[in-house]
Amino acid sequence: MPEVTSSTDPIVVPLRHPLRWVASGVATVVVAMFVHTLFSKIPSGQTVCHGLAGHRVCGPEMVWRFGWTEVLHYLGDPLVIQGVEMTLFVTVMAMVIGFVLGLLIAIMRMSSNRLLSSIAWLYTWFFRGTPVYVQLLFWFNIAVLYQSFSLGIPFTHAFTIATVGSNAIFTVLRAAVIGFGLNEAAYFAEIARGGLLSVDEGQLEAAKAIGMTRMQSLRHIIVPQAMRVIIPPSGNEVISMLKTTSIAVAIGLPELLYQTENIAARTYQVVPMLIVASLWYLAVTTVLSIGQFYVERHFAKGALRTLPPTPVQRLRSDLARSFGGRRAVAR
Amino acid sequence: MTQLMVDIKALRKSYGANDVLKGVDLTVASGEVTCLIGPSGSGKSTLLRCINQLEKHDAGILRVDGELIGYQLRNGKLYERSERELCDDRAAIGMVFQRFNLFPHLTVLENITIGQVRVKGIAPSAADKKARELLTRVGLDAKESHYPSQLSGGQQQRVAIARALAMEPKLMLFDEPTSALDPELVGEVLDVMKDLARSGMTMVVVTHEMGFAREVADSVYFLDAGIIEESGDPREVLVRPQSQRLRDFLSKVL
Repeated sequence: MPEVTSSTDPIVVPLRHPLRWVASGVATVVVAMFVHTLFSKIPSGQTVCHGLAGHRVCGPEMVWRFGWTEVLHYLGDPLVIQGVEMTLFVTVMAMVIGFVLGLLIAIMRMSSNRLLSSIAWLYTWFFRGTPVYVQLLFWFNIAVLYQSFSLGIPFTHAFTIATVGSNAIFTVLRAAVIGFGLNEAAYFAEIARGGLLSVDEGQLEAAKAIGMTRMQSLRHIIVPQAMRVIIPPSGNEVISMLKTTSIAVAIGLPELLYQTENIAARTYQVVPMLIVASLWYLAVTTVLSIGQFYVERHFAKGALRTLPPTPVQRLRSDLARSFGGRRAVAR
Repeated sequence: MTQLMVDIKALRKSYGANDVLKGVDLTVASGEVTCLIGPSGSGKSTLLRCINQLEKHDAGILRVDGELIGYQLRNGKLYERSERELCDDRAAIGMVFQRFNLFPHLTVLENITIGQVRVKGIAPSAADKKARELLTRVGLDAKESHYPSQLSGGQQQRVAIARALAMEPKLMLFDEPTSALDPELVGEVLDVMKDLARSGMTMVVVTHEMGFAREVADSVYFLDAGIIEESGDPREVLVRPQSQRLRDFLSKVL
């Protein structure tokens, strides 16, 4: 039997999702409860009095449950700022060591020389296989093993050119930078190797065919393409490193957590100082994530037919679509 | 006597126990176009890749423009050449790949200038000028700021030809340059290659395009299982094949 046909097309009725509405409602309530408790007040146990229309009114003093007053007070404290600077410095230095050494280890690992690739494998095995906390304590205590370091001919004590005491080399700061840097190199080596392997073999052949040396091919052809694969996990590593530096509290490095703990010990504001530290870590990770977006965008050139819009461009096009009428459709 | 651009004698190459080339002789005179044909796995691509040492041959003599490639003869011994020397040799031999292998992170213009600037040390402005001339020659002067992913396969292969020509090679190698193309795009690439042949470029072409071989090639070599089965003038070899192998092969590809 033929279908009934009408002169106009039938209208489309979208499928309803009642469960989604229920889930959204529950989630909204939970979030509201969380925000409410975040900004709730509790009695401090003290009584305050103030004048109100000629009368003295007394009542229990109410303070923020999460100590926002104290958080705000210590957020810009000079010691906290020093701690942030130290955290950033150690993160940057450790990542620089990690990236350079890691790339070197990745290239060694891919060498056709078995000895070189085995050494690279052993390095990764050791530094990935032991906790970074243990490695940090190790570098801090290296003076127990070696009182001093000398420059001269290996395996002899003759012709020593220079000698430096271990404690002069391995200050707390340097122990932290070296410890975190060497550990990071092991992880970054694997990331870099994955990136280098992701580039099509034909690229190296094409580079060779126009007469490029292995170094030139790596620098101008292979590494720029590998970056697209290397950057997202590297962004993870940078953010992870930023937070991992907090375990350097164990060797007394005056970084962010060390400073906030110190203030907490002095003022008994334990929770507010933890919030201060968290807010700073969050702020820096946010800046890093934004930076990562733009770096990724830079290395996406040629791999994507059109680059993803920046947040500013996206906002502009959204606004244009809302207010611009027909012009916006043809953007 | 015409100068030999490529002179190969008793070339051997094996991957482990797998003998790919079992003693191949081949000569290409300067300014000639030579086509290598044969079934897949016959060793024709390997032979081509030995000429610019993307593959190292195990034995035999390989000369390009009178110079030994890959090895150096001293006191009756063949010494392997250093990577630096291999690079110098390769820079003078252009190569075009089946899968184009353009550098996807560089624009069309940068693809053509990078070798000139990084390998030959030519000033960027001069390299740009040369690249634009070559793009005009392959009919793509409007595409210089595009990225390879924005071009069709035929356009990409023409850029790849321009990239190879930018190094001013004395010899051009083509490894199945039209095999990865949609049928309607094959013509534009073959046209560029015919034009190049007419300009007097010495070319060695691995191809399945029998029409191109018959029309353009001065000589054709039929490889099968690592040896040259038959060779000679394409109008002779392709029209009156002597061996059963070549007859079988031609009946499949034509």
